[in-house]
Amino acid sequence: MQLVLFNVTNGLIIGAFYVLMALGLSLILNLSNVINFAHGNFLALGGYLAYTLTPTLGYWGALLVAPLLTALIGLAVERLMIRRVYNRDPVYSLLLTFGFAFVMQDIARYVWGPNGLPLGLPDFLSQPISAELFFVTWYRVFMVFVVIVVVLGLFAFLRYTRVGVRIRAGTLDLETVASLGVNISFLRTFNFALGCFLAGLSGVLAAGQIGLNPNMGDDLLMPSFIAIIVGGVGSLIGTLFGGLLIGMAAALTTVFYPSASEAVIYAIMMLVLLFRPRGFMGEEGMMS
Amino acid sequence: MSTDVTIAAVAAARRPAVPRWVTLVVIWALLIAAPYWLPLLGGYTALAGRVLVFGLAAMGLNLLLGFTGVLSFGHAAYFGLGAYGAGLTLRYLVHSTPLAMLAGTLLGGLAGTLFGLLIVRRRGVYFAMCTIAFGQLWYYLAYSWNDFTGGFDGLRDFHREPIGFGPLTLDISEGGTRFYFFLLAIFAVAVTLLGLLVRSPFGHTLRAIRENERRARFLAIPVERQIWLSFSISCFFTALAGTLYALLNNFADPLALHYSLSGYFVVMCVMGGMRTFWGPLLGATVFVMLQDYISSMTVNWMSFVGTIFVLVVLFFPRGLLGLRRQRGET
Amino acid sequence: MRKLQLSWPVDRRTILKTSAAIAAVQFTSPYILKARGETPVRIGMVNPLTGVLSALAQSEVDGAKYAEAEINKKGGILGRQVELLVEDSANDVGTGVQKTRKLIDRDNVNAIIGDVNSGIAYAMSQVTNEKKIFHIVAGGHTDPITGTNCKWNVFRVCNTTTMDTSAITPELVKKFGKKWFFITPDYAYGHSLQDGFVKALTKLGGTFEGDMLPINNTDFSATLIKAKTFKPNVLLNNMGGLTQINCMKQFTQFGMQKEMALGGALFELESIKGCPPDAQAGWWDMEWWWNQPNVPEVVKFVADYRAATKKTPSARDWFGYVSMHSVRLAADKAKSLEGPKLAKALEDLELPPDVALQPGKVRYRAGDHELMPNIFIGEAHPPKSGPDDVFTVSALISGEEAAGSVADTGCKMVEPS
Repeated sequence: MQLVLFNVTNGLIIGAFYVLMALGLSLILNLSNVINFAHGNFLALGGYLAYTLTPTLGYWGALLVAPLLTALIGLAVERLMIRRVYNRDPVYSLLLTFGFAFVMQDIARYVWGPNGLPLGLPDFLSQPISAELFFVTWYRVFMVFVVIVVVLGLFAFLRYTRVGVRIRAGTLDLETVASLGVNISFLRTFNFALGCFLAGLSGVLAAGQIGLNPNMGDDLLMPSFIAIIVGGVGSLIGTLFGGLLIGMAAALTTVFYPSASEAVIYAIMMLVLLFRPRGFMGEEGMMS
Repeated sequence: MSTDVTIAAVAAARRPAVPRWVTLVVIWALLIAAPYWLPLLGGYTALAGRVLVFGLAAMGLNLLLGFTGVLSFGHAAYFGLGAYGAGLTLRYLVHSTPLAMLAGTLLGGLAGTLFGLLIVRRRGVYFAMCTIAFGQLWYYLAYSWNDFTGGFDGLRDFHREPIGFGPLTLDISEGGTRFYFFLLAIFAVAVTLLGLLVRSPFGHTLRAIRENERRARFLAIPVERQIWLSFSISCFFTALAGTLYALLNNFADPLALHYSLSGYFVVMCVMGGMRTFWGPLLGATVFVMLQDYISSMTVNWMSFVGTIFVLVVLFFPRGLLGLRRQRGET
Repeated sequence: MRKLQLSWPVDRRTILKTSAAIAAVQFTSPYILKARGETPVRIGMVNPLTGVLSALAQSEVDGAKYAEAEINKKGGILGRQVELLVEDSANDVGTGVQKTRKLIDRDNVNAIIGDVNSGIAYAMSQVTNEKKIFHIVAGGHTDPITGTNCKWNVFRVCNTTTMDTSAITPELVKKFGKKWFFITPDYAYGHSLQDGFVKALTKLGGTFEGDMLPINNTDFSATLIKAKTFKPNVLLNNMGGLTQINCMKQFTQFGMQKEMALGGALFELESIKGCPPDAQAGWWDMEWWWNQPNVPEVVKFVADYRAATKKTPSARDWFGYVSMHSVRLAADKAKSLEGPKLAKALEDLELPPDVALQPGKVRYRAGDHELMPNIFIGEAHPPKSGPDDVFTVSALISGEEAAGSVADTGCKMVEPS
């Protein structure tokens, strides 16, 4: 029983991480109708930038600057490439980000090498908080803390700022928002950069936990997809919930049948598609 | 402003620059002679086989993508299921190539048919997203079920069996030209079926849905059912290609189910021209050959392949055949 | 030209076209060499240069390239220059098989080396066997390649999983105890490794428990929680590559190193260097180690290698190096490049000291075509005298002893027809 309780905690920690990644993906999907296949690679980029910056800026500096740089690069990518396909068949945006993901992965390998790299953490972060809760290191606590702060910040931003409100409005009906004189081109660019910022931040956090390698984004991309489908497309709260749910499911499965811990999240997705196709918190009609 | 009616009208008004039978003769002549001219270009017969297999998979996908206008980014799932179906049959059930092909095609096709029911109301990127995720389900299944599928290492210990027709036996167990012609024969049958389908009334309703779903609905076309049928049929063809892939390699591995392969199929369609019948085959040819060359020359082939994707999307969205057609139209 | 026109009715236009085609061929495929002069001996290498195993694969390529230059400097193979053609299998079986066919059909290689991924290596061996091409598996570890699935044309440089497990087991039992917990990747390599350990451990009367995890598993806390409640003497980390590193990191972050020892079969130089210092720990096999001050050949090799490549050779570099030299040695002995003759020549061939690079006799066993080197067991630790000084060898175990008899491997060699 204690084991299960341990693992529920553990699942929440993993889930929190999926949430951060999936929220960025979800933001872009909701407003721009683009599935960003390169999201995992922006994540890796954030981690690698932090690795490069740590010697000069220290861990805390890198934690702040690396996601901002990632967002900047995301902004450039959106301006140069992705905005050109907004009004085309979705096949083009998918292919574009899919191909770009390849390029980014290769660049990461070329610049930082194929070997795994560790990201140094401040010492106190890698200690467990107590002998009883040995598997909860301060770093994990810190990660969850960052995720909570960022998620609260994001929701506050979307609720109380003008840009945020416009993004939410655009998610529901972009045409109307555009006809009200809002510069949706700017809105989309900003929103894409915001998504990349979240990816970059997830990358720095992930790097501290699992280290860096050029492929690291690949394995984290699919759980984010599933978090979005399960939670319901169009709902950020849904994504939040979906991420926590699959994180928990994966952790609990590891207790009873470890080799299925990857497959279980797909099983959950199938159940959701069967019995509640719009996802737990999805709006009816959002997916069609 | 373009239903299939107008398309037909335009097509009737304008004679194509090259008569269609000439195109067909050229395509088939090139395919039949491939084992002879390909080595001159630095290719090899196994590569020609790969082109046919991927070409068939992409053409199958294109029924959905190009002719129905529905985006599946998970067709590798049915391709891979075809491959595993054939492989598992040969390994555990019977040593018969035709039965293995049948089993693989049925496995992939039926999985697509059932899954199609679940997602036929989705459109656009959401449809794509569900197909990707469903594809990955099979990927992880094949990858984790070690005892049955061979897991990460792939399914092995099976090989193509000679096909017996009474006293006449076709021995395809050696690779090489004979096996290539076997592949080509299957390809020809499949593509002919696909061609008939596209020209049938059913095919026309698909195009009507692609051009204007609402109008199609008003014309009493059962949109959901047609999309579902199109998805299922397309899965059957891709699964058939998958069984050929298993025969080509004497192997089935989880990456044949992975979404990156789905991405390759889509780019083949787009690169060749997804509004054209033969476009995906051309796209597959160019893509497979390019990938083969580039990956021998540099470790950084991923950058090149990725750049091809980006360039196609930004500069050649109509694909190679689409380009020609566009020029002809204006 | 005139003569040509006499024998065939070819007009000028056709000739122009043909030469244009030939020019195009030259342009598109750089590996087609001019037929004039002596063709080099071609050796094809297929390895996963992209994907999760890329670091290990790259080291093998480096070693093989170094050997290529060395062999060419000393006059090549059978008086001909050697050319190494490297292809990326992208860690995908289909691609690996396709690249093998390409090397054989188009580039006419005389020998094939590869792959790090044993699944791909096995699939490749089906092709090389069908085509009767000499094949050296440099770094794919699962037993069947030189065991139940052994083939007359396939030789292997790296150890079998059985060799690695039976070399380290007695040491771990003696030092720490017989209650073990396994963390194992859920695929053929992992299963083969764990089975090897279990066999060796139960022979010594030990008990065990363990988890099979997905290959790319990133979070190990659930399993480590289990391990902690089981209270083993030793935790066996069988994960490979990057996942192994993550497992090590989480293990030390959770402070579990105070309660149980850590060990396993392989913790390669490439992986140790990817770990933060506190995770550079535990007892392991090394299949080759660069720091052998008592063997003059090794001292010289490491110095030369560092000068040429700016890096310290790992076991993987050595695999690549030995594979290339094995082709040379076999060809010199057979005076031929035909697959069956090369294979016959390499059987029971003893590596000279400047290739073996370790004390004692090292040979390819005729019965199963497995190389029988020493296995270096010892402890990993944070860097001492230099950044690559992260492992201290405590004992050398003879490979022959660890491998058991040929009959144990299940290999029944079938001669070529």
